[in-house]
Amino acid sequence: MHLANPLTFDGLGVWIAALLTLFIFSFLYKDNPFYKLAEHLFVGISAGYYVAQEWWAVIYPQCVKPVMNGSRPLMIIPGVLGLLLFSRFVPKVGWLSRWSLAIIIGAYAGIKTTGFAQGDLVEQFHASLLPLWVPGQLGVSIDNVLFVAGLVSTLVFFFFSTEHKGAIKSTAQLGVWFLMISFGAAYGFTVMARVSLLIGRFQFLLDPWLGVARF
Amino acid sequence: MGALIGFLVGLVVVAAIIAGLLRVPQVATGLARLRGLDRRWIFIAVWLLVMLPLLFPLKLPVAPTSRAIQYYDEIEKLKPGDIVLLSADYDPASGPELGPMLRSSLLQLCRKKVRIVGDCLWPGGPPLLEQGFTQVARDQFHYKYGEDYVNLGFKEGREAVILAMGNSIPGTFASDFRGTPVSQLPLMNKVTNLSSVKLLVNISAGYPGTKEWVQQASRRFNLKIVSGCTAVSAPEYYAYLQSNQLLGLLGGMAGAAEYEKMTGVTGSATKGMDAQSSVHLLVMLCILLGNLAHWAARRQGER
Amino acid sequence: MQRQVPLLLTAGIGLVMLLYFFIPHPLISEPGHFFEDAVIVVVAFAIVLGAANLLQFNGDIIMRRGKDWPYKLVLLLSMFAMIGIGLVEGEHYLDPETKFSWMYNTFYASMQATMFALLAFYIASAAFRAFRIRNLEAALLAVAALFVMIGRVPIGNAISQHWPDGVRLPQISDWIMENPQNSAKRAILMGAALGVMSTGLRIIMGIEGSFARGENR
Repeated sequence: MHLANPLTFDGLGVWIAALLTLFIFSFLYKDNPFYKLAEHLFVGISAGYYVAQEWWAVIYPQCVKPVMNGSRPLMIIPGVLGLLLFSRFVPKVGWLSRWSLAIIIGAYAGIKTTGFAQGDLVEQFHASLLPLWVPGQLGVSIDNVLFVAGLVSTLVFFFFSTEHKGAIKSTAQLGVWFLMISFGAAYGFTVMARVSLLIGRFQFLLDPWLGVARF
Repeated sequence: MGALIGFLVGLVVVAAIIAGLLRVPQVATGLARLRGLDRRWIFIAVWLLVMLPLLFPLKLPVAPTSRAIQYYDEIEKLKPGDIVLLSADYDPASGPELGPMLRSSLLQLCRKKVRIVGDCLWPGGPPLLEQGFTQVARDQFHYKYGEDYVNLGFKEGREAVILAMGNSIPGTFASDFRGTPVSQLPLMNKVTNLSSVKLLVNISAGYPGTKEWVQQASRRFNLKIVSGCTAVSAPEYYAYLQSNQLLGLLGGMAGAAEYEKMTGVTGSATKGMDAQSSVHLLVMLCILLGNLAHWAARRQGER
Repeated sequence: MQRQVPLLLTAGIGLVMLLYFFIPHPLISEPGHFFEDAVIVVVAFAIVLGAANLLQFNGDIIMRRGKDWPYKLVLLLSMFAMIGIGLVEGEHYLDPETKFSWMYNTFYASMQATMFALLAFYIASAAFRAFRIRNLEAALLAVAALFVMIGRVPIGNAISQHWPDGVRLPQISDWIMENPQNSAKRAILMGAALGVMSTGLRIIMGIEGSFARGENR
């Protein structure tokens, strides 16, 4: 066992991190002051980190510096618009912040519309045009038929412009089965993801802190 | 085809086992009592089943899947001197899954003597990317900063950053993550926009990440993309893999372990797979026992 | 003025970003590039606004000695400490030797990772207490989940390595992911794409203008 040395700066950091980890894990028993302390500390540190990051990574190099040295004077416009966001703290002029919001919403509406159209609609539709019969490959043919049947039936399930009865109802029901398989697979992967994060935390506790294993 | 048969047979076998167990009265009574189990017992079981395999590893072999092989092969196609964009779009919360992917990707890229431009779309990413560059590129392969690799750091804006990089990467990142103007970095003189990089290696935890890169950059700027992502995101990206918008996909810690195997490393992902296996078995048991307990209690209530 | 200007801004900028995808002419692409750079800066300010909101909300609780006010004080003090250290460190704030980096590794990285790690416990307990197979659909969900969970980990490979080729657990898991799962997910992707496109167009055309109305309707 090689405990991290709390008398060094790095070792002290490991000890604090380990204790905070255990404080948060204590919530599993029940809510308690240690957990509350860690939770509020986390929120404060995160908010502070984001502010510092936004200043040095974006606001200073993209706005302040180019305007001050004259290389891109027009960047004063987004700078002013960004500051206008804070007008919402003053009720009388709070409406000015909607101008800045409008920039953000308008830009992303345009960006996302084209992105989804190309990436998630056109390309996906193109890739769904599979041959339903591949000579000499029965397995691939069955898989393709199943794939197309699943796609079409699931799309029919989501089509609410007409009442689901008769053939449409049966097709939609098939779509529901495919959706359930999809959700089950997603659940399996979600379990894997959550467990991985816990494994990572234990690897930290067992290696840098307690030094009883090597990862 | 065989897998379809296996899946259907599995469905029938599970149903038969459950129906059979419920017919045994002692089993039914015992199971019904389980309904009141305090969840903290389950927490203790999870704790033990994660800690014990980490301390006493079973060393179960990891077998790479076709997706990990595709990811590996795509990077193998690169030639020495090619420029690759490595976008580390994650933060410490996803570190256990994505950190090993980042390190193994850097290992393979450095072995190929590829030049790497790094960036992050998540604010928590730059230190993680820098740690990877330092541990692998600088310390193991003696890469020189500014000539062989550059860390551009983080930029806010998500999809807007991707589009801006498609127009001009030096214009989007006027300085690197240390504040050095990119004009002073020799590598950045060879990088104009996304079309001038051979491949995007995207390590992605969610939004913004692989989905946004695929939507905004794969066809618009003819950018080849391979993705290492969290297990939560992976199911959605199979569609992009099938449509060739993605050329390789690593999903979660299992994907990271498979990739570590391919790069010849026994890293933290590989060492975590025993614990992963045991907790998966526990969750499966919880699903089965929970339902058996519920049905047994209902049958007893009906009687 | 209060409502029309935001709607006009949204429509104008949205239209330019839409057309910029199709028209490479500088008349459209130059404003498009500028708006890309501009929105990056405005969004950065919006993140800072979030911190300001935190200050206002928690400051209010501290001033009137509300519930858990000592913890709110810890929150604000830690926030200011992090901001202060970050600003003082300068442009090299993320270098490994800096105090900011130490704070990142000690506090931010460890606590964020642990918060998410808690979920593993709850997912196991929810699997026992809440996952109920009541009908065929739920059974399909459960069986797919079971196959994927066992197939994606080494124990699944170990159990089934001597089974016939084609029905081994990892192969069944892969088949589920590449076929039925993929087809349903693709349908969801396509449906969501249609939804996003229609919402985007509604926003650009001003039909969805609730953000412009604000709190005072």
